[in-house]
Amino acid sequence: MRLVVDLNRCQGYAQCAFLAPDVFAMHGEESLLYNPHADETHRDQVLRAATACPVQAILVDDMSDASAAAGDIAGREGPAGVR
Amino acid sequence: MSGDGALAWLRREGRIVIVGASLAGLRAAETLRKEGFTGSLTLIGDEPHEPYDRPPLSKQVLLGHATADRTALPRRLALDAHWRLGVAATGLDMAAKRVRLADGDEVEYDRLLIATGVHARPWPHKSEAELDGVFVLRTRDDAARLQRRLAASPRRVLVIGAGFTGSEIASACRERGLPVTVAERGAAPLVGALGGVIGRAAADLQREHGVDLRCGIMVTALEGDAPGRLRRAHLSDGTTIDTDVAVVSLGATRNTEWLAGSGLGAGPRGIACDAGCRAFDVRGIVTDDVFVAGDVARSPHALFGYQFLSLEHWGNAVAQAETAAHNMISSSSERRPHLWVPAFWSAQFGVNIKSVGVPSLGEEVIVAQGSLSDRRFTCVYGYQGRVIAAVAFDQTKWLEFYQRQIESAAPFPPDYPSVDRRPEGLRPVPAEFPDPSLPTHGPSVTVSGYSPTDQRITFVPAHA
Repeated sequence: MRLVVDLNRCQGYAQCAFLAPDVFAMHGEESLLYNPHADETHRDQVLRAATACPVQAILVDDMSDASAAAGDIAGREGPAGVR
Repeated sequence: MSGDGALAWLRREGRIVIVGASLAGLRAAETLRKEGFTGSLTLIGDEPHEPYDRPPLSKQVLLGHATADRTALPRRLALDAHWRLGVAATGLDMAAKRVRLADGDEVEYDRLLIATGVHARPWPHKSEAELDGVFVLRTRDDAARLQRRLAASPRRVLVIGAGFTGSEIASACRERGLPVTVAERGAAPLVGALGGVIGRAAADLQREHGVDLRCGIMVTALEGDAPGRLRRAHLSDGTTIDTDVAVVSLGATRNTEWLAGSGLGAGPRGIACDAGCRAFDVRGIVTDDVFVAGDVARSPHALFGYQFLSLEHWGNAVAQAETAAHNMISSSSERRPHLWVPAFWSAQFGVNIKSVGVPSLGEEVIVAQGSLSDRRFTCVYGYQGRVIAAVAFDQTKWLEFYQRQIESAAPFPPDYPSVDRRPEGLRPVPAEFPDPSLPTHGPSVTVSGYSPTDQRITFVPAHA
């Protein structure tokens, strides 16, 4: 599965690194490194991380609600867009 | 047909062509569909790959945590688009509304979006650039080639130019345990983008991580052996460095050559457009059907005195593409200006660097929080008595506050007490940006004056 993190928005809360450690890792104090093409076996992990991100910076493929777009305030407010 | 009728027709069955199939092109296409455009949509890209993300190329990919061919951008909705990938646009006929392609084909449009981005500035000496072991890093193919070479444990890597890309490459090499020399023409790494004060902190950071950093120096020649493999670099101080890998990181050049003679206001500095992303022609008249977004655009920004800004930023590509796409299928009263506050990030040597505003406009800088020597600080830049930018090393949490300060033209130096203010942050000091007529590696933000048809270029390439 494909994903991208808006690192302008990322504040380094590291929730993703706890919830999906196979895909996201902190690198130093605040930098986030992630695998932009996560293995399908990690899909549930990644979706949990995307949902939990306090600043909703993680965008993944296959969003059921296209309005959950980066830059779309409505889409940022909840996990509705994440399947 | 009335104006409204024409717009309704365009939205229903018009032809929109997007030249440039990277981040800006993809996001524009998605926005067009999301906003109800049902006509024909064509994306033209010179690379054979579907849109992919570039920031991981100099970080995760070089570190071996991700592979270069697996950074394709996630898709948010089905685009129902015609993809013309692996074929470059070679010309534009604005009167006939046609884009010419490298394979001889022509594509007609009713609305055109140009998002052709930039390419890495190549090493100026062609025969030296062709040596085996000389690399640039911009595309996923570049990254795959470089990653393969780094994995083969070269005896040393020479990075030419210590801008953000060069510094990230050096960081990745050190993390892989490779000996690295960085040659920078300016006084310090990142000096063109962030100035001398933070530049010195960046220099210390590199040296602490074992980089052989050489500033105020130019690489004058790259020398190969008989089979054409890089062996040695010659520096302007008369010394040489034995190396089998050199990564040329001298900034980027805007992809506008294909527009030469088209009548569009396009030059080496980019394509001028209004705040609504409509391109200017060479007469300084705004076009009705040609729009611009992303790294290739230069557009006036209200927060920065309406000067034209060129921004090589991921976030700008997203925001400008969304605005351009919206405006392409909207009536003039519904159009929006592109008012995004510049912001970018870099990760290097374990430090997260983030910026808001336009640091290179800064005359003075103050360390508002933290300490340069701790490599954990927030610097605030002032221009004509107002806050114009802020840059944080591992202090992301402050930037949102300073973004609001920039947006509200808050006074500089800041007239409020702040937490974690240290003695070094009690008064502003000169920001120490190099003379822009003597660029180092090319800053990622360029302020390019007021004229929409300004085609001057001030970069003076190094002479051997």
